[in-house]
Amino acid sequence: MKLTVELAGNLRIVELARTQQGFACSIDGAPVAADIVQINRYVYSILIAGRCFEARVEPEAGDLRIFAAGREYSAAVRDPREWRRKRGGGVESSGRQQVLAPMPGKVVRIVAKAGQAIEAGQGVVVVEAMKMQNEVRAPGSGRIERILVGEGQSVNAGEVLALIM
Amino acid sequence: MFKKILIANRGEIAVRVLRACRELGVAAVVVYSDADRTSLHVRLADEAYRIGPAPSRSSYLSIDSVLGAARAAGCDAVHPGYGFLAENPAFARACASAGLAFIGPSAEAMERLGSKTGARHVARETGVPTVPGTLDPIDSADAAMAKARETGFPIVLKAVAGGGGKGMRVVEREHELATAWRDAASEAENSFGDGRLYLERYLPRPRHIEIQILGDHHGQMVYLGERECSVQRRHQKVLEEAPSPVMDADLRLAMGQAAVKLARAGGYTNAGTVEFLVDGDRRFYFLEMNTRLQVEHPVTEAVTSLDLVKLQIRIAAGEKLALKQEDVALRGHAIECRIYAEDPENNFFPSPGKILDCRVPSGPGIRLDDGAYTGWTVPNEYDPMLGKLIAWGADRAEAIARMRRALDEYYVTGIKTNLALFRAILSSPDFQEAEVYTRWLDDFLLHAHGRSAGAKKPDPTPDPPAENAALLSAALWHAARHGAQDGPQGRVPRPQGPRTPEATWRIEGRQEQLDREPSRIRRP
Repeated sequence: MKLTVELAGNLRIVELARTQQGFACSIDGAPVAADIVQINRYVYSILIAGRCFEARVEPEAGDLRIFAAGREYSAAVRDPREWRRKRGGGVESSGRQQVLAPMPGKVVRIVAKAGQAIEAGQGVVVVEAMKMQNEVRAPGSGRIERILVGEGQSVNAGEVLALIM
Repeated sequence: MFKKILIANRGEIAVRVLRACRELGVAAVVVYSDADRTSLHVRLADEAYRIGPAPSRSSYLSIDSVLGAARAAGCDAVHPGYGFLAENPAFARACASAGLAFIGPSAEAMERLGSKTGARHVARETGVPTVPGTLDPIDSADAAMAKARETGFPIVLKAVAGGGGKGMRVVEREHELATAWRDAASEAENSFGDGRLYLERYLPRPRHIEIQILGDHHGQMVYLGERECSVQRRHQKVLEEAPSPVMDADLRLAMGQAAVKLARAGGYTNAGTVEFLVDGDRRFYFLEMNTRLQVEHPVTEAVTSLDLVKLQIRIAAGEKLALKQEDVALRGHAIECRIYAEDPENNFFPSPGKILDCRVPSGPGIRLDDGAYTGWTVPNEYDPMLGKLIAWGADRAEAIARMRRALDEYYVTGIKTNLALFRAILSSPDFQEAEVYTRWLDDFLLHAHGRSAGAKKPDPTPDPPAENAALLSAALWHAARHGAQDGPQGRVPRPQGPRTPEATWRIEGRQEQLDREPSRIRRP
């Protein structure tokens, strides 16, 4: 099996083939002697040249977050079979950005006004969740195109709160 | 001794109190809301009673529901834990009139010392130093402005009923006061049902040091050393330690005696905490009293070898405190990290959800007080603290080394936690040299990590074998979940169970889907 894995921004080719002992692996064409055991659904114990790695995989928004040797990596697997389905759509065309609710909660205050110029990191909406009021900030600079929620409104995680042009 | 104790709380503290009950041979009765049927405290209890829907107002904060459960179970005492009804004098009073012993101070002592302004009056009368500011609640933002000008900026607005940094705002300049007033008042109203505020002078770079006291109903009262709680994020304690690295015997004696004097003057009994700010010249100012068991009580337990919860129960049962001040000896050093389900990379937003997998640390000097387990869904209705990790060592350096070791062992999959934040704090030179103050962590996050305030930083030195391990695990993960028809003709060897490769992968992937789905068999 041959997969392209994007790790920390670099595209790498990973090849896996089963052998009698476990796996024959190669990365970017170079063989890697690795002894791999799956501990549970999320954890692999991997020995590479005697060094122990406990690699923990956590799915996150379609991509993977991997913890190994005290480090954290973001990874995305590109399976050739999936090219057709992946990418395109969903993302707003360039320039326009969405301010998203990071978790479910209640809108307690609107800080920014439609039409107002806004800097990245500036507060847009205050959402209360678990009794904590949290300011949701602009992901980028621009002008507030529209505020899509009202005070007192309940919102879900990932819901669009405002649009920035 | 009591026969049956009702624990009027949830989460790790309900489990903590339950453990004390078990060790004393007292039956433990818990209460739960609809969001907590699967919580650990319910699983461990002798008896459990539903007290209402998820919102705490109609469950854990409902005096009638809680007392109804106590009656139904035939309890003779109530332990309130911390938060919820723990510092509500009406609850203490209602327990008394229902014939239940309240494991804590009397309602009167709570009223005198639990209200920040009331306690400051007592402090002033007994000669315990306080921070300059108003003693009484302020009526309006305008009145606050007048007072603030008198006291001098920066000032801090605090909720009369407050705690844990809720309903609190620092105001550096005059024009910020109106907004801060509104935010603090509304937050106080939402959190405590009491929007009243007072203000005081904001000290630059103070340390937060608190004294644990313990008093019985026979006139005996001792202080059990101090806890340093200067590592705070937005006024919320994040990490505590005992003893304080800046403490010496003279200051401990002075602060301990001040704490006991104040508590005695207020007619206090049972466990309580007197909080102080200590400035750069090692002058101390009374801040407030917490008339309950504190979240961070385990660090005191670790260095005094006492069990505060069992002592609380014994005191409430009328036993004499056998401990004299000269018997209190501090041994070693302890640190506590508050582990939260929150995302340090996303402004510390709460991150409720299902715990898919976890490994908890153990080994020498490590204690974990938690209420979480694999498969449990952290509800989004309550404070997202999962538990507390406590490390004890013969000295501070050993405690730090043990905590760092334990943090490396600890992981939680499925939800975000602040574990990485603690790894960053414990490896910082400032913390290792104990150069911290109450705003240190906010500054640290801002300077060391920039706006995103995340604890994650890309490591500058590459580690190719670690990258290879990450790449291989990513590929295997993908293969397990996205069909195996053109995958490697085999499976990852697992210690148990002969399964065909396809079946293994399909089952893994399917199980994964199921884990992500909300549980369908939870409630009728």
